[in-house]
Amino acid sequence: METLTLGKSLNLGLRRAMEDDSKVLIMGEDVGKLGGVFRITDGLQKDFGDDRVIDTPLAEAGIVGTAIGLALRGYRPVVEIQFDGFVYPAYDQIVCQVAKFHYRSRGKVSLPMVIRIPFGGGIGAVEHHSESPEAYFSHTAGLKVVACSNPSDAYWMIQQAIASDDPIIFFEPKRRYWEKGEVDTAAPLSAAYPLHSSRVLRPGTDATLLAYGPMVRTCLDAATAAAEDGRNLEVIDLRTLSPLDMVPVFESVRKTGRAVVVHEAPGNIGLGAEVAARISEECFYSLEAPVLRVTGYDIPYPASRVEEEFLPDLDRVLEAVDRSFGF
Amino acid sequence: MTKVERAASRRGGKRSGPPEPEFVQLLTPEGDRVSHPDYSVDFTDDELRGLYRDLVTVRKLDAEATALQRQGELGIWASLLGQEAAQVGSGRALRKQDMAFPTYREHGVLYCRNIDPIMPLGLFRGVDQGGWDPVAHRFNMYTIVIGAQTLHATGYAMGIVKDGKVGDDDETSEAVIAYFGDGATSQGDVNESFIFSSVYNAPIVFFCQNNQYAISEPLERQTRIPLYQRAAGFGFPGIRVDGNDVLATYAVTRAALDNARHGQGPTLIEAYTYRMGAHTTSDDPTRYRVASEVEAWQAKDPVVRMRKMLEKQGLADEAFFAAVDEQAKVEAVALRERVLSMPDPDPATMFDHVYPNGSPLIDKQRAEFETYHASFEGSH
Repeated sequence: METLTLGKSLNLGLRRAMEDDSKVLIMGEDVGKLGGVFRITDGLQKDFGDDRVIDTPLAEAGIVGTAIGLALRGYRPVVEIQFDGFVYPAYDQIVCQVAKFHYRSRGKVSLPMVIRIPFGGGIGAVEHHSESPEAYFSHTAGLKVVACSNPSDAYWMIQQAIASDDPIIFFEPKRRYWEKGEVDTAAPLSAAYPLHSSRVLRPGTDATLLAYGPMVRTCLDAATAAAEDGRNLEVIDLRTLSPLDMVPVFESVRKTGRAVVVHEAPGNIGLGAEVAARISEECFYSLEAPVLRVTGYDIPYPASRVEEEFLPDLDRVLEAVDRSFGF
Repeated sequence: MTKVERAASRRGGKRSGPPEPEFVQLLTPEGDRVSHPDYSVDFTDDELRGLYRDLVTVRKLDAEATALQRQGELGIWASLLGQEAAQVGSGRALRKQDMAFPTYREHGVLYCRNIDPIMPLGLFRGVDQGGWDPVAHRFNMYTIVIGAQTLHATGYAMGIVKDGKVGDDDETSEAVIAYFGDGATSQGDVNESFIFSSVYNAPIVFFCQNNQYAISEPLERQTRIPLYQRAAGFGFPGIRVDGNDVLATYAVTRAALDNARHGQGPTLIEAYTYRMGAHTTSDDPTRYRVASEVEAWQAKDPVVRMRKMLEKQGLADEAFFAAVDEQAKVEAVALRERVLSMPDPDPATMFDHVYPNGSPLIDKQRAEFETYHASFEGSH
């Protein structure tokens, strides 16, 4: 066991994936000498060379589009998009090409690519650096979408994503990059918790909190606070956003009868809406209250001095739990 | 007075189109072979006759596909009429290990890669969306989003460098050709592919068929300078070739591909040609261009000039031309019969191949779909 930050866990996971498979490449803006603006690729170019850790021209469509060609050639590119709000120039290549190549070829060719996106707010940044674009990608068939929330998952999930033949959008909770946790770096990859599975992080009996990425920590803190008030909340880290792994969610809600979905992204047509609909379809007679959502507001991401008012926090989560119990 | 001017004066309008541009030409519209200081071909007589056979055959197959669309057997067809020399010349210039990234109009290139011409017809009939292995055929699936494939081609070429497959040996070193049109040169993807290929010195040839129109929009809506001159701004050579001249197109493309495979980086080729037909069968070109312009280009026909050359040089007789026409007809009839016998896919197969590793969501929807269909009386 090692105590590592989430960022360092990603770094070590990438390193191990590059050691395990010489076809793994890292591509992106400033990923080489600088090690990425968040230092997630720190030291990798030095050790693996600029042939495998590629500083690219400043053009996101170009990065993803050329990664497709490299994947056709037999490589496994891991693309870094520097910030969430910079992925949109690559959106066409991701949605029209990355997502559809396998289908278009009737299964004759795969694009084993990972597109890493640091996402979410809370770091006091300027516009375009704090967004949560996961719903855009989760809506697109042909992409798989995951989000890690803690150092151990970061270490394993990035390796699993790279080893997968599916194209994967990999969301990293940038404000949690510096949070520490225990990581068993000596374990084999095959022993890791499955990539496309949600996971109960804190068992409880009274209500179910559902989150992913940066909001998992918020929900765990809310559950700790609620316990002091005598409420026993279950917290589930969704981990996989497309496809969703709803079985543990259904089991939990059938037990608790109450569910609150939490994400930073605006609520309108967001992941929370899909989760709530699925719970309603499968657990209707178990529900004591409607599934509630705690999300960012349906506005553009605001200026950083007010972002704490925009982002769901412990109090807003507990307020929603109170409302659930009010039904 | 030239034919262009005569045609324009008959219509009482001004002379249509720009003056003939500077380009590499080895075969005039009249069928005369001319020399160029930098480019030449050394085809045998058999090979020259073979190029003529290619030109005739791809035109015939294309006409058959247009007819199939008119009869409701294809949903749409993107005709290559007028661009046969650009496609046969560049297609035959590829070495067997080279990789091509087409748009959706490169049926002639596909034919010259010795690929069964039925392969893309499923896409136009609507029974699939391509469905072939790009790497096995050294020919990517047709890409419909304009210009997107130039980036895939560039990445593939970057991979050739990583694999150590750039070098002096023409039989093993590899190169890539990326096809696109004049309209695509306005796309960001195409410009980004120029940048990536330039800074990584990728072994790629950008082959732009300037057929003068992006659906209805003429070249002047895309550019103020000749397209081949754009290459200079990206740091690699650009050259314009008479795209209706199969010999010049071959010579220029072969040289650019070999330069690429030898490690000299990208080249932009502008094949100056003309889309004689509509953009696709859904288009009506009479709304945006005049008949005199089409007539002027008919006088520069790529197939006719090759036939004239063979006749003038005594390389082929009437029996040869008749045999070529007959063989093309046989291939077209065979293509027609195979299109007509293409079965519609089983609807449940629409759930196949969304992900290499599958998805429980899709498995569930497929099961529900099958149960729903099985619920109808008389279903099996």
